[in-house]
Amino acid sequence: MEPQLIFIGLAGILGASAPIIFAVVGETITERAGVINLSLNGTILLTAMGGFAVAVTFDSLWLGFLAGAIIGALVALVVAFSSITLKQSQVAVGFILAMLGRDLAYFLGSPIMGLRGPRVPALPIPILVDIPIIGPIFFNQNLPTYVSFLLIVLAYFYIFKTRPGLMLQGIGERPATAYVRGANVNMRRYLYTIIGGALVGLAGPVFSLSVKAGWKGTISGLDGFGWIALAIVIFGGWNPIRAAFGVYLFGLLQWLGLVLQPSLPNIPSQVLQVAPFPLMILTLLLVNIGNAEWVDRFLASLPDATRHFLAKLLRSLRTSPPASLGVPFENE
Amino acid sequence: MNVELKNIHKRFGAVHANNGICMVMESGKIQGILGENGAGKSTLMKILSGYYHADEGEIRLDGRPIKIDSPSDAINHGIGMLHQDPLDFPPMTVLDNLIIGQVGGIFPKRKKVLGEFLELQQKFDFNLNPESYIDTLTVGERQQLEILRLLWLGARVLILDEPTTGISAAQKEKLFETLKILAGQGMTLIFVSHKLEDVEFLCDRIAVFRTGNLVGECEPPYQTDALVEMMFGRVVSLDEKKKLETSEVCFEFKQLSIEDYRLEIRGINLKIQRGEVIGLAGMEGSGQSQFIRTCAGLIRPVNGEIELGGKRITGKPYHHFMDLGIAYVPASRLEEGLIPGLSLTDHFVLAEKQNGFLINREKAQLLTSQRIKDFNIKGTPSSIVESLSGGNQQRTLLALLRTPVNLMLLEHPTRGLDIESSIWVWSKLKDRCKHGTGVLFISSDLEEILHYSDRIMVFFGGKVSAPLEAQHTTVDQLGQLIGGKGF
Amino acid sequence: MFKTGLNWVNLGFRGLAILLALVFATLVMVFSQAPPLEAYRHIIAGSVGTTVRITNVLVVWTPLIMATAGLLLTFTAGLWNIGIEGQITLGAIFSTWALRLLQYSDLPPALIMFAGVIAGALGGMIWASMVGLLKIFGNVNEIFGGLGLNFVATALTIWLIFGPWKRPGVGSMSGTEPFPTELWFPVFLDYRLSLWSLGMGVAAIILVYFLLKGTYFGLRLKAVGRNSRAAFLMGIPTTRYLMLSFLLCGALAGLAGATQVLGVYYRLIPAISSGYGFLGLLVAMLINYQVLWVAPVAFFFAALNIGSIQLPIVLKLDSTLSGVLQGALVLFVLIMEGVRRRLIRDR
Repeated sequence: MEPQLIFIGLAGILGASAPIIFAVVGETITERAGVINLSLNGTILLTAMGGFAVAVTFDSLWLGFLAGAIIGALVALVVAFSSITLKQSQVAVGFILAMLGRDLAYFLGSPIMGLRGPRVPALPIPILVDIPIIGPIFFNQNLPTYVSFLLIVLAYFYIFKTRPGLMLQGIGERPATAYVRGANVNMRRYLYTIIGGALVGLAGPVFSLSVKAGWKGTISGLDGFGWIALAIVIFGGWNPIRAAFGVYLFGLLQWLGLVLQPSLPNIPSQVLQVAPFPLMILTLLLVNIGNAEWVDRFLASLPDATRHFLAKLLRSLRTSPPASLGVPFENE
Repeated sequence: MNVELKNIHKRFGAVHANNGICMVMESGKIQGILGENGAGKSTLMKILSGYYHADEGEIRLDGRPIKIDSPSDAINHGIGMLHQDPLDFPPMTVLDNLIIGQVGGIFPKRKKVLGEFLELQQKFDFNLNPESYIDTLTVGERQQLEILRLLWLGARVLILDEPTTGISAAQKEKLFETLKILAGQGMTLIFVSHKLEDVEFLCDRIAVFRTGNLVGECEPPYQTDALVEMMFGRVVSLDEKKKLETSEVCFEFKQLSIEDYRLEIRGINLKIQRGEVIGLAGMEGSGQSQFIRTCAGLIRPVNGEIELGGKRITGKPYHHFMDLGIAYVPASRLEEGLIPGLSLTDHFVLAEKQNGFLINREKAQLLTSQRIKDFNIKGTPSSIVESLSGGNQQRTLLALLRTPVNLMLLEHPTRGLDIESSIWVWSKLKDRCKHGTGVLFISSDLEEILHYSDRIMVFFGGKVSAPLEAQHTTVDQLGQLIGGKGF
Repeated sequence: MFKTGLNWVNLGFRGLAILLALVFATLVMVFSQAPPLEAYRHIIAGSVGTTVRITNVLVVWTPLIMATAGLLLTFTAGLWNIGIEGQITLGAIFSTWALRLLQYSDLPPALIMFAGVIAGALGGMIWASMVGLLKIFGNVNEIFGGLGLNFVATALTIWLIFGPWKRPGVGSMSGTEPFPTELWFPVFLDYRLSLWSLGMGVAAIILVYFLLKGTYFGLRLKAVGRNSRAAFLMGIPTTRYLMLSFLLCGALAGLAGATQVLGVYYRLIPAISSGYGFLGLLVAMLINYQVLWVAPVAFFFAALNIGSIQLPIVLKLDSTLSGVLQGALVLFVLIMEGVRRRLIRDR
C-alpha cells in the first residue's frame, strides 16, 4: 500500500473517530463525578437524527450542533434526576433511555431519511498541513475533528490540573470528604452529568453532519457506538487521554477491517466491522482481572520473579473506577 | 480561641445522643473528652465541626455566638476536625489532597502550595512525600496530613477524634509533641478518646461523658479510679454466680495471629470448655470483631491453629465451620444477618436443612409459628424482617440458629435491646450452654460482660489480655484494661 | 426493587405513569405531524382486530415470555443480564446447526426437531455461562460482558449466513437455506402460530413461577439477590447460585431462539433474536419482576409490536412507534415510583 493511502487512511480514522471522542470524553466526566449514564447508545442516535433534522430545517450547521447538545443535556438531566433525586437505579434508567432514545430516533427520523443536508466543510489548516507526515494526518480535517482534539486535552487538563477538576475527582471518589470540604456534592453531580450529556449530545451531529452526512435510519451504522463508548471509558481508566487512545485504536481496527476486506473475500464485511467489539470484552477482562481474588491467590503460588513481573503487568493494566460510581450520596 | 457550648441537645430518633451539654474549652489548653462507645462524644464533635446540626443550644467563640451550618462554615470560623478515619481522597496524591477544598482561583498554584506545605511540615518534623498517594500512607501519616491541612487553612480549634487508634507508638509520640507545640501557640485542642493513659498524660482538663450526658470534669492530678467510675457508672449488684464445672475442652486456639489493615493480633492462646461463656471486652475496633470472625472461619489467621475436638480446622472454608456446628451471629442485623424483603417464614425455611425440592409452605408456617412462640418474637410468619423492631430481629437471629451448636459466636447480642429482651436472650443462651454449647460474645456493656461470662478477654489496640476469671474481676479492673492500662 | 402493594396510592401512581406515557407518545406523534388517534386505532386494530392478527401477536408473545421468564431468574439473583440477546441468538444458531446436521438422516422429523430444541437450550446456556464466568472470574460486570457477547453473537450469525452456511450461490441477508417443511413446527389450523412454541412458552412461565415461589432454589436465589452477604453467612453458596441463574436464563433464552428457527423463520436469519431480549428486559422492569404479570404485559407489548407493523403502510409512520410507547411506559413507571417513594419518605 502506498504511503499516501496510509496517510489518508489514518487521517480518516481521526475524523471518523471524532464522534466517539465526544461521547467518551463526555461520559468520562460524568462517571468521574460518580454517575453512570447508560443511555449513550440511544442519546447518540437521537442527537444524530435531531441534529441533522434541525440543520436541514433551518439550513444551519450551528443550530444542528446546538440541538444535539441540548438534547443530550436533556436526556442526561432525566438520568441525573432519576438517580440523584429519586434515587432509582442508574442502570435501569440508563438502559430504558438507551432503548427509548433509539426508537425515538428511528420514529421521528423516518420522514427525513435520505434527505440531503448541510455538511461540515473540510478545513485544512494552511502551513501546518504541509508538514511532512504529520500535516496530512492531523491538519487536514474539519472543525469538529479539531474540536475533538482540543476536547481531549482540555478535559485532561481540567480534571487533573485545575482546582474544580480536582474536586470533580473528589466527588466521585469519596463524596463524604468532598462534602466536608465544602462541596455541594449533588449539585455538582447534576452539573457534570448534564455537561457530559451535552458533550455526548454533540457526538450525534458530528456523525450525521460530518462523518457520514445524513440520516439513514437503521443502516446509518451508528447503532452500537454508545455501548462501545461506555466500554472505552472503562478501558481508558477514566482518563481522557488514555480513553482517546482506546477510541483511535478501535477506529484503527475498524479501518483495518475495511482495508483487509478485499484480501479476505470469504468473510463478509459486516463481520470485520463487528470484530473489534469482542475485543472490547477482552480489554475489559484485562483491565479488571487484576482485581479478582483468585488472581491474588494464584500469584502467591508463583515463583518470585514471575510473580513480580505479572503483578507489575497487571497493576499497569488495572483500572479502578471512581470509588463512589453509581452510589447515591446522602449526608447525615 | 475559647469555645463555649451552651445546652447542646441532639436526638437521633429515640436516642438522646447529647443531653444539655455545657462546656468551656480554653485556648492554649488540651481538653480531653473521655467516654465509651455511644456516650455522645463523637456526636458533639460532629456538631461543633458542622457535620451535624444541634437540635437546641448555642456555640460561642470568644464569647460571640456563631452559627455553624456546614463543615465549610466551621472551617471559616477556624474549627477543624480530624476524624477517626481521616476524611481524604485515597487514590490521589498528598499535594492534591491539600489543594482540594482550598478556596482559590481555577488554577492551583502548585509550587506555592508545595512550598508552604514543606515549610509547615518541617515545623512539626513530619516527613510526608507530597507526591505519594494517600492509599499508600499509614493511618498515622494520613492524620499528619490532615492536621497540616487544617492548620494551613487557618484552624484555631482542632478536634481530634480517637487519633491514637491504629497508629504506631513512635507516631503517637510525635503526635503528642505536635499537640503540645500547638497548644503552646495558643490553639484550642480537643482530644476525644477512650484511652485512659493517653488522656491522662496529655490533657490539661478532662470531661467525661456517659450515655449522652456530661457526668463530670476533672483537673490534674487525675485519679484513674474516679475516671473509670464516671465513664462506666456503678454496677448493680450481681446475682450469685455459679462457677463453671471444668469439663472437656471443645475448642482450642493455639498461637493465633490475625492481621488486618489497621491491626495486628498476635499469639492468642485459648481453650474453651463445653458450656463455657467467654466475654470479649474492649472498645470497638480493638480487634474483638476480627478475632470472632476468625473463629467463625471468615478470616484466615496468618499464623496459628484452630482445633475443634482435637481436629485441626484452620484454613477450612466458612461453610465447613458451619457444618461443624460453629454458629456466627453478626452485629449488623439487617446488613449481614437478615435479608430485607423476605418474611420470617422465608428465613426459617432457608435456615433449616433442605427437605426435598419443594418448600412445604404449611409445614414451614407451622414451624415459624412455633419458633415465634418459643422465642417470643412480635411478628407473624409473613412479617418481613425489616418491619420488626431491633429486639425482635435479634430474637429472630437466635431462633434461626440450628441445634445442636458446638460454639456460638455473637457480636453484640443485646445491642439496642431493652432490659427484658436482654435477660430473655441470655436465658436462651444459657439454656444452650447447659447442653454443652460454648459461647463467645462481644459486648460494650460491662455489666453484661461481668455478669454472664465465665472468663473475660479484653482487647486493646490489637493486644489481648490473658483470660480473666469473671468472678474475680471488678468493674474497675475491667474499665482500666479497656482504657489500655495494665497491658 | 419495590413491593407491589395493591393499595390505592400505588395504583394511583401507576395510573398516572401510564397516562404520562400516553401523553408523551401522543406529543411525539403530534410533533412529527402524525395523527395520534388514527395511529392508536390502527395499532389496536392491527393487533387484535382479527383472529389472524391475534395469532400473529401470539407468535411474538411466545419468545418474549420465554425471554422475560428467564430474565426474572437473573433479576431475582440481582443481575442485569443484558446479554440475553446473544443468548437467544446462540440458541438459534445451535438449533440451526442441529437441524443441518440431522436433516438428511433417517431419523423421524419429530425427533430431529426435538434435538433442535434441546440444542437451542444448550446454546443459550453455554453463551450465558460465558457471561457468568467473565463476571465471577474476570470481575467483568455482566452488563459489559453481556453486551460484548451480544455483538460477538451477531457477528457469528452473519459469518455463518455468509460463510459456511450460505445458500447455494451467493450468501444473502435473507439467511440460510430454509429447512424442509417436515422440519417446520406444525401450525395451528391456517395460522402462523405453532402450538408447540406456545406450549413451551407457557411452560417456561409456569416453570419459573414454580421455581421462584415454591422451591428452595428460588428462595435461596432471592436471598442471594437481596443480600448476598447475609445469604453467604447463612450458608448459601452464592457463586453457585449466580451461575445457575445465568444457566437457566440462558437455557430459556436459547429455547426462544430455537422456536424462532423452528417455528417462525424456518432458517437462520441475521436478526434472529429480533430484539426480544431487550424487550424482555423492559417487560421485566415494568412488571416489577412479578411472575404473574409476565403473560399479560408481554402480550400487550407483543400487540404493540404487531399493531405497528402496518403503520408505515397506512399512515406512513415508522413502526418503531411501538418501541416509543414501550420505552415511555417503563420510563414513566420508574420515575413515578421514585416520586412516590420520595413523597412518602418526606412526609
